[in-house]
Amino acid sequence: MVTEETKAGTPTQDCRQIWAWLEQVPDPELPAISVVDLGIVRDVAWEREDDEEEDGAATCVITITPTYSGCPAMEVIASAIREVLQARGVARIRLETRLSPAWTTDWMSAAGRDKLRAYGVAPPAWQAIDTSAIKLHWRPRRQSVDCPRCGSANTECVSEFGSTACKALYRCKDCLEPFDYFKPH
Amino acid sequence: MQKALFQYALRLGDNALILSQRLSQWCGKGPALEEDMALTNVALDLLGQARLWLDYAGELEGAGRDQDSLAFLRAPHEYYNLLLVEQPNGHYGDTLARQWYFDVWHSLLLQRLAGSAEPRIAAIAEKSEKEARYHLRRSSDLVIRLGDGSELSRSRMQQSVDDLWMFTGEMFVGDDVDAVLVAEGIAPAPESLRAPWLETVGEVLREATLTAPAPDAWMQKGGKQGVHGEHLGHLLTEMQWLQRSYPGAQW
Repeated sequence: MVTEETKAGTPTQDCRQIWAWLEQVPDPELPAISVVDLGIVRDVAWEREDDEEEDGAATCVITITPTYSGCPAMEVIASAIREVLQARGVARIRLETRLSPAWTTDWMSAAGRDKLRAYGVAPPAWQAIDTSAIKLHWRPRRQSVDCPRCGSANTECVSEFGSTACKALYRCKDCLEPFDYFKPH
Repeated sequence: MQKALFQYALRLGDNALILSQRLSQWCGKGPALEEDMALTNVALDLLGQARLWLDYAGELEGAGRDQDSLAFLRAPHEYYNLLLVEQPNGHYGDTLARQWYFDVWHSLLLQRLAGSAEPRIAAIAEKSEKEARYHLRRSSDLVIRLGDGSELSRSRMQQSVDDLWMFTGEMFVGDDVDAVLVAEGIAPAPESLRAPWLETVGEVLREATLTAPAPDAWMQKGGKQGVHGEHLGHLLTEMQWLQRSYPGAQW
């Protein structure tokens, strides 16, 4: 039950508290890791109208960035963020989408990488695509990806694309298990 | 100026949308499961990009049209995509050659647009460029594998590269719309992308042991101005059927 006071959405919960709550919002495709771990949440801020009193209603503005342009999970993520914050008494929420700087797997937290590996998905192994190079790199990047199950580096790429836009499909030649690889992006 | 921007945003959105629709036609019919997934994943990226461009176009126009009305309620002559992307899927070599020619050009274009004087264009391009570059690595790899493959795969890949060549010239021909945006530093001159495009295409073809078609060959054009071949009409008939038959339908 939400009380009148919290319904007004006061900035008494500071931004760190909001961030902590957002860490509980799982990625819908990879429930082991949160939208904060993934680097999808870019900013948390309170916005207050000038003419409102000190204790008046304020809006919590969450800025998110899409992973891939066509990622179908973004709408689910946006509504999950709303739900979690509303359940904590934040009534006024606005979600903004920011495209630039473009999302990169370099933003993934170290904790996020560990959680991915434990979940059976190999985390991005090297630095994301470098778009600063003028010359187009058309050669596929074949670098070793460690198997998240047995740790072997003796793996091969089965497909550049996997079950979701953000993953590629690999196979371990030692333990013979297939696994998802989170593409560096 | 605003009109040129609107037109330009439509061109970018239409390229992505039409190629995405073509690739989606492979869904469930790819020659291997991995290829099926790759084609539909590329289609998904392009669809996402199309939505970003068409939303922007709708805002520029200011007539209340959103991404859906622009996608589903325009006639073929109101589409401004390159002729290349509307070409039928054909056999796998045809689909691949079409994708690869596009990926090289798309990566080069987006790279330049990422530095556009118009912040919204720069942001969408920055986002899309990383996806385009990933698509390029895969399509280049496959052109090389099929070109430098068996006698059959080689002859088919060469045939596709030759057949689609005449649809590539249009990418490098500027018109009034381009001129307005080039002058403002918003978009690169289409002609300026030709040399790097030919260079990359040449490198991959050499590695694929395929013969590069003549750069000065006769080229088709018209897509950017809304003059299309018969294929686009059929594609749109299928894509727009639901919204045309049941306007405003939602689910």
